[in-house]
Amino acid sequence: SKTKKFLSEKFSEIFEIDKIVDLKTIEELEETLILADVGVETTLALLDPIKTKILQGETLTVKELKSFLKEQLISFLKDTNKPFPPPGNPSVLFFLGVNGVGKTTTIAKLGKILKNNGYSVLLVAADTFRAAAIDQLKTWGERIEAPVCALQEGADPGAVIYQGISYAQKNKIDVVLIDTAGRLHTKYNLIEELKKMVKVINKLVPQESQENILVLDATTGQNALSQAQHFSSAIPIHSVIITKMDGTAKGGIAIAVSHKYNLPIRFIGLGEKPEDLIPFDKNSFVSAILPD
Amino acid sequence: MFESLSDRLESVFKKFREKGKLDSDDIKKGLREVRLALLEADVNYKVVKDFISRVENRALSSEVIESLTPFQQIIKIVYEELVKTLGGEAKGLDLGGAKPAKILLAGLQGSGKTTTAAKLAKFLKKKGHHPLLVSADIYRPAAIEQLKILAQKVEVPFYEPKSNEKPLEIVKNAIEMAKENGRDIVIIDTAGRLHIDEDLMQELIELKKTFNPSEVLLVADAMMGQDSVNVAKIFNERVGLTGIILTKIEGDARGGAALSIKEVTGCPIKFLGTGEKLDAFEVFYPERLAGRILGMGDILTLIEKA
Ligand SMILES: Nc1nc2c(ncn2[C@@H]2O[C@H](COP(=O)(O)OP(=O)(O)OP(=O)(O)O)[C@@H](O)[C@H]2O)c(=O)[nH]1
Ligand SMILES: Nc1nc2c(ncn2[C@@H]2O[C@H](COP(=O)(O)OP(=O)(O)OP(=O)(O)O)[C@@H](O)[C@H]2O)c(=O)[nH]1
Ligand SMILES: [Mg+2]
Ligand SMILES: [Mg+2]
Repeated sequence: SKTKKFLSEKFSEIFEIDKIVDLKTIEELEETLILADVGVETTLALLDPIKTKILQGETLTVKELKSFLKEQLISFLKDTNKPFPPPGNPSVLFFLGVNGVGKTTTIAKLGKILKNNGYSVLLVAADTFRAAAIDQLKTWGERIEAPVCALQEGADPGAVIYQGISYAQKNKIDVVLIDTAGRLHTKYNLIEELKKMVKVINKLVPQESQENILVLDATTGQNALSQAQHFSSAIPIHSVIITKMDGTAKGGIAIAVSHKYNLPIRFIGLGEKPEDLIPFDKNSFVSAILPD
Repeated sequence: MFESLSDRLESVFKKFREKGKLDSDDIKKGLREVRLALLEADVNYKVVKDFISRVENRALSSEVIESLTPFQQIIKIVYEELVKTLGGEAKGLDLGGAKPAKILLAGLQGSGKTTTAAKLAKFLKKKGHHPLLVSADIYRPAAIEQLKILAQKVEVPFYEPKSNEKPLEIVKNAIEMAKENGRDIVIIDTAGRLHIDEDLMQELIELKKTFNPSEVLLVADAMMGQDSVNVAKIFNERVGLTGIILTKIEGDARGGAALSIKEVTGCPIKFLGTGEKLDAFEVFYPERLAGRILGMGDILTLIEKA
């Protein structure tokens, strides 16, 4: 993309010659990081100490600074050694996030990946609220050839989840992927509804078989932090998937989200087709923000 | 989550109060706080730069330095500049041109176009218009079904495309249907698309060229980050926009993207989406958003003290 090219050209400009870092370099780096949505707080936390050093007369080459920054950004990204999908009969993946981030589409993509890896999957339409949300998931189910559990529009999401997991238990399905309605993290009633759904899951499967996945849109700015904070104070969140990384947004806010809320990033979405989901790779993610 | 701008400025200026008088360095320190507040609100880095230099020019004038309440003065200037940039008077819809008038909605995936199409239909119906809804989204699973259900909810006629119809044919037939049924406005929902998706941008350009809509509205998510500038700029350059609708504004997003989008496109922000329900839709007034971007609900009372 144009912007990606622009940013990387800009970066190679900054780092072309291994010159000594001056305040202008710092400012250029600040601009690049903030434009990638890394966030003011994280950016300043990284750059301010270096600025102070420079002002005190310390010298540092641009190369050194850059590898330091990369290391830092990578270290902010939380790791996990928990297996995916979590072990269980079935294991349950519960998707949540604000409106329109890509939950339903991501479920279809992930369902396909899991199927390709030999798991049997069931998609559960617990978004009984948004117009045609059930049809949307059913269409995806047909496309990836996976069964879909659904009730009528307006049904209690907890009831759909109950039916879905029970069905999976009876039919020995390996992984249940639950789609929920998009909701803003600030809406009390909708957060309470989320808690109820998790309670239903807890009754049917042990904790270690569950993964609650927060879906974040790469184009989101600082508000992603508030989303992570509110959702994770309502229910345990275990991991993150970032969608829409195929645009020009860098998704830099995920670094602060991962760091602050201890959330590993599992996958990134790169388009609207079923095959457009790939495992998250720290190094290439950070390299897109700070290209060589 | 964020410290409000007034708290920050207050702490900066507290130190100077003892000194009695401000100098330009003090003001620059204050403006640094304004800059951070805008960046935290997701106003684009470059847009912030230009904005701050405009504010600085005014703030360095004697009106602030000699004021007894420099803190309020600076907030007043920032606020006034914000309101000015966000777009003075509220602007209505242009429904001129050939009848029926056409309103084309466009934007990134998931921004809220389909929901907004139905909200707009409801809004216009209340104003005494007779809209018709049509979806040119043949790509997203159940996208057409979604708008059909919403059209039923707001009790507005909907053009049901035949299978295999392409977006251009769909819209053409919808306009025919509107004419036959005496509808005065056709609201056209389109598929979500990336600004860098050449084929889909071309499709949008075709739609615009063929039907010459009186409004081409970019539907943008209020939670957008720094990239809002690239998106809005390219949609505007390639397709040509007449206005902006900002959705999902009822949460706690500061909505700085609105300032960036307004600044790079020059297009007026016309409406706000304030919820998932079909009446959660408001005409845009810059004052409220300005206070929100600054993280200050009480901004007017502060300014009155200035
Ligand atoms: N470009 C791009 N578009 C995506 C990606 N993931 C999802 N989308 C699109 O984003 C839009 C919203 O996706 P959905 O899966 O319906 O999002 P959702 O979170 O389920 O939405 P709600 O249920 O309404 O909250 C659709 O047009 C998808 O095709 C991605 O990785 N890249
Ligand atoms: N909270 C809130 N949600 C909204 C608002 N406007 C739309 N939504 C929700 O955002 C999600 C996406 O809305 P859609 O209307 O499907 O978005 P779209 O732009 O048509 O999506 P695509 O066609 O996939 O590109 C849905 O869950 C809507 O209910 C709003 O103002 N506030
Ligand atoms: Mg969905
Ligand atoms: Mg749509």
